[in-house]
Amino acid sequence: MKIMVAVKRVVDYAVKIRVKPDKSGVETQNVKMSMNPFCEIALEEALRIKEAGLAKEVVAVSMGLANCVDTLRTSLAMGADRGIHVEAARELIPLTVAKILKKLVGVENPGLLILGKQAIDDDCNQTGQMIAGLLGWPQGTFASKVVLDKEKQVVTVDREVDGGLETLCLDLPAVITTDLRLNQPRYATLPNIMKAKSKPIKKYTPEELNVEIKSDLEVVQVTEPPKRKAGVILSSVDELIDKLRNEAHVI
Amino acid sequence: MEKLRATSNLRRSLKSLLNRRLSSGSDFTHFNQKRSFQTSFNWIRDYKSVGEVNAVQYRYFSSVSTLVQRNPSFSTLNSDDISYFKGLLGEKNVIQDEDRLETVNTDWMHKYKGSSKLLLQPRSTEEVSQILRYCNSRCLAVVPQAGNTGLVGGSVPVFDEVIVNVGSMNNIISFDKVSGILVCEAGCILENLISFLDNQGFVMPLDLGAKGSCQIGGNVSTNAGGLRLVRYGSLHGNVLGLEAVLANGDVLDMLGTLRKDNTGYDLKHLFIGSEGSLGIVTKVSILTPPKLSSVNLAFLACKDYSSCQKLLVEAKRKLGEILSAIEFLDDQAMVLVLHHLDGVRNPLPTSMHNFYVLIETIGSDDSFDREKLEAFLLSSMEGGLISDGVLAQDINQLSSFWRIREGVPEALMKAGAVYKYDLSLPVEKMYNLVDDMRVRLGNLAKVVGYGHLGDGNLHLNISAPQYDDAILEQIEPYVYEWTSKHRGSISAEHGLGLMKANKIYYSKTPETVQIMASIKTLLDPNGILNPYKVLPHSINP
Repeated sequence: MKIMVAVKRVVDYAVKIRVKPDKSGVETQNVKMSMNPFCEIALEEALRIKEAGLAKEVVAVSMGLANCVDTLRTSLAMGADRGIHVEAARELIPLTVAKILKKLVGVENPGLLILGKQAIDDDCNQTGQMIAGLLGWPQGTFASKVVLDKEKQVVTVDREVDGGLETLCLDLPAVITTDLRLNQPRYATLPNIMKAKSKPIKKYTPEELNVEIKSDLEVVQVTEPPKRKAGVILSSVDELIDKLRNEAHVI
Repeated sequence: MEKLRATSNLRRSLKSLLNRRLSSGSDFTHFNQKRSFQTSFNWIRDYKSVGEVNAVQYRYFSSVSTLVQRNPSFSTLNSDDISYFKGLLGEKNVIQDEDRLETVNTDWMHKYKGSSKLLLQPRSTEEVSQILRYCNSRCLAVVPQAGNTGLVGGSVPVFDEVIVNVGSMNNIISFDKVSGILVCEAGCILENLISFLDNQGFVMPLDLGAKGSCQIGGNVSTNAGGLRLVRYGSLHGNVLGLEAVLANGDVLDMLGTLRKDNTGYDLKHLFIGSEGSLGIVTKVSILTPPKLSSVNLAFLACKDYSSCQKLLVEAKRKLGEILSAIEFLDDQAMVLVLHHLDGVRNPLPTSMHNFYVLIETIGSDDSFDREKLEAFLLSSMEGGLISDGVLAQDINQLSSFWRIREGVPEALMKAGAVYKYDLSLPVEKMYNLVDDMRVRLGNLAKVVGYGHLGDGNLHLNISAPQYDDAILEQIEPYVYEWTSKHRGSISAEHGLGLMKANKIYYSKTPETVQIMASIKTLLDPNGILNPYKVLPHSINP
């Protein structure tokens, strides 16, 4: 069985982001980019399933500009077998990503499609659900535990929901999106980084896959949230009472 | 007077120094010759066995020594003094509260504890100047204190010295975005400066594990080294100017912001590394390098020390200008860190390796740097220098690898008692000392070695469940003699403080030390600034 994992190149989680002066988006020039943390977890889960002998191959997919290849190289360095890069000249919205994935699934025929639950740049949390809808596959989102049963061709997924944990049993092929507590991704070891250099990355364009890149959404403005006002350190209880009475008007 | 194990150290050194002076009548010029080492060593041994004679001898010389005795020429605080300070600084900044005094009287390692009754928190250079003028006139001893993260007992009182803490002077005065020159007050916490500069696109030229608490005034006064010395050089090169207050209250304004200024003797260098004994640093002007976007960190494993060494040579050659840090830790250090610190993950869990090396590169072009680094790592692996390794893929992984190296001192603290030594040695010989100490100590204690491989700086730490003089005997003066024999420094970056006040002769000639004493007398005739520290007690006024 093949597992396909979709990975996204985003602004590094630890970077202090800044909004561009023209408010058209977040500053991404000269800013450290890395793999979306949830995608890392998705890839780690796929690798663990393969190492347990339940899958034959892990294929990593990324879509976007040429620099997506960096993220694919990281995936290969972690242990994925092959990479697929779909070149696109601009930001893709989740629906387009889902449509492209559907075409790729048609080419590769994986038994399991694992994605991160959301990307940390747009926080959409839509791609996994959309692709499951387009393919007509069962979906287990916000997975915090995944157990594959190859014999019965089902996968049992524990989902993190508002009320607690929900356990679903899905027939394969299925779509899983990963949540934070699923696993701790491995580091890219040197031997694997070296091996990754010779692993193949196949390039596609959306035209080849017959998917139209059009966006129904337009970003009008991006602004920072209002700055928190600094607290004031008071020197006595009298001052506190005075402020509560005269400034905050609460007593 | 509570001075834990420092006391026995000082007694021992005093005995050796005084014995030599009395018996041979010779000066210290012979000290550096190997033969003298042997003789002084013997004297120490003899005295130890005599027992009762020790005490008698010691008391006999007590008028000559001011070592473990409080200098009687210093006054004691009285209520007039307190009123004066309260009038000068305001009630809030004159602290006599027991609990707060407890913290400022104790160093970070909980090894040194003073009994100061007064903590002062000036908010401006003028206030510092008034404080010192007054203390000088009253002959009250003063301990300048910043972040109190020092590791040689230099930042806490020995007896009842008044503590002058610059922590309230934490303003950033100016920052020039073109030249990168930052002017700030001495009480600015290093991490806050790093965040401030981050927003401006610059970095501080020094970085150390204590950054969350240490203050720049303290860093400058101790000439702190840190993790990036191999890339940015020492503070002597990066500090462009400083403002210091002398013992008599005079304010020495050397706060230049010029990259080049060859007008007269460059006095600021005296204060950098003087550990508060020549003046209190109140403002610093420092050159900050631009923040470059591409940072890469490799966490590598080597099977023996000679591979680490060869790796260092290769790294300097192959990585060249992008190399920004190269650190090492041995397996003992790794075990301690994994055991005592929370949330730390072993990057190479498949097996325990003998040595771990961290190599960091900082440059302006990510793909170029990565290529260079990967090529270097590949050739090192093929050459058998590295047995395994991981490369950080994002900032989180980067911080977790650094946490391992930066967390070693903390882990050692949690493991129990620790004897800490900070030595500069020729890189080839560095780890031999660790092996020698392991043989010497056997089962008595665990010997841990880690440090700045790129600077030839070994942090030798001996960890035991409790402090024990038997262990200390095996360590000192063997460690200092070993270092001296290889012409190393007995304190690479930590300074002398109280711990090594009498050890300076292991690394400096008597003539040099004599000049230091003269300078000290010139700038601080009453000896009120940080007494009992840095210079040997036999010549400290």
